[in-house]
Amino acid sequence: MAAAPEPLLRIRELRKNFGAHEVLKGISLDVHAGEVVSVIGASGSGKSTFLRCINVMEMPNAGFLDFEDAHFDFAEGSRSRPSEAQLRALRARIGMVFQSYNLWPHMTVLENVIEAPMRVLGRPRAEAVATAESLLERIGLADKRGAYPSRLSGGQQQRVAIARALAMKPRLMLFDEVTSALDPELVGEVLALMASLAQEGMTMLLVTHEIGFAREVSTRTVFFDQGLIAEDGPPREVLRRPKSERLQQFLKRVLHEHVADEVAGGAQP
Amino acid sequence: MTFSEWLDFFLPYVPGFLHASWLVLVITVLVILVSWVCGLLVALGKASQIGVIRQASNFYIWFIRGTPALIQIFIVYFGLPQLGLGLSPFVAGVLALGINSGAYVAEIIRSGLSAIPKGQVESSLALGMSRVETLRRIVLPQVVRIILPSVTNEAISTLKNTSLLSTITVVELTLYAQTIIATTFRPFEFYAATAVIYLIMTTMLSQVAAVLERHNARYV
Repeated sequence: MAAAPEPLLRIRELRKNFGAHEVLKGISLDVHAGEVVSVIGASGSGKSTFLRCINVMEMPNAGFLDFEDAHFDFAEGSRSRPSEAQLRALRARIGMVFQSYNLWPHMTVLENVIEAPMRVLGRPRAEAVATAESLLERIGLADKRGAYPSRLSGGQQQRVAIARALAMKPRLMLFDEVTSALDPELVGEVLALMASLAQEGMTMLLVTHEIGFAREVSTRTVFFDQGLIAEDGPPREVLRRPKSERLQQFLKRVLHEHVADEVAGGAQP
Repeated sequence: MTFSEWLDFFLPYVPGFLHASWLVLVITVLVILVSWVCGLLVALGKASQIGVIRQASNFYIWFIRGTPALIQIFIVYFGLPQLGLGLSPFVAGVLALGINSGAYVAEIIRSGLSAIPKGQVESSLALGMSRVETLRRIVLPQVVRIILPSVTNEAISTLKNTSLLSTITVVELTLYAQTIIATTFRPFEFYAATAVIYLIMTTMLSQVAAVLERHNARYV
């Protein structure tokens, strides 16, 4: 058997607390290139905080993170705590998509997508525009390049947000409950785009409540419970045959809501 | 009074009025500059980690908004010389009005900054943009649009408040009118004319702001 390749992202014993409240109690996770890892768990289980620690939108209180040539030790007083410049370099290579899209309302769709490549990567405008145009083409919004975000639907805004992150040509994409703020009928178009990214081999970490999507698209599912990874494995195993009672209860609750949603949706005239 | 009599009556004072109005505009611009320096410092001071700076900023806003502008002008022009800091009426006036307006500008800036959702900054930082780039490219353009109406109001207040400087011998529009009235005994005509000139200047200000606002509203 060949030696396993180095993981793209290696996290060890990651801890994060807000005041006295410990949200992450020592998370270790390896993500290899091409993996699509879905992170599930109840609200408050620390899954979103974990995602935000990976690109250090939240500064962890302890633990180690290796991503390509970046090696951080977050322990208080450690010499390898990330500097401002290192953080920027890390974030430039890790794309993040948020629940609330967070497009910049004073810029057009095209301006949103070319801003970071020009400012952060120093790309010439023409090159940034060419990249942006092909991305907009791909997400089916080429005709909206001159529109301001307020003119777009939630689903369209979220697709532009994904294109904005992709324009940086990231090695890893983080999706933080990106369909939670969308009207139910707009969820599909965003999930379809994410599925096609996964198919192309993009390495992805996604926090999601869409259990069906996690099962179909991810190569691996991680269940967060009370600040720790409680289960980790192929989605079919984790989701079909949950070992812990906590995950069984969680799945029952989520799937029940789902069914209730569908019944309510179906009952509408 | 026929129109030609009326014209003959006013005509000699037109250059004086123009000069006084020009002075009003110059003072207004200078006061706005001082007020923005004060306002930015105090808005930052209010967000400071250091308790003393935060308290000083709060005190400044509390004091300025709680006392009449006229008293503030008197403190600077009549009071400071007692402490060894004698200023010309013009400088004292600009300084006092600037410090006064600065308290309001600070509140305007603070409310504008707090109106920007946190996600706007986060999405920028998450792409690797620096804090300075994020402030300059993402936050400030949005803040400007939000605060423009309040900034216009404040500029109009400032322009009108310059008339208070008539009390410390700055020969701006109001004091100029008073000196003419003292010799002509025609208060109604000259105060009415003065009011019209103020009105023209404040209307111009709000017209400029309306154009800017329309330009900024394109993405709403």
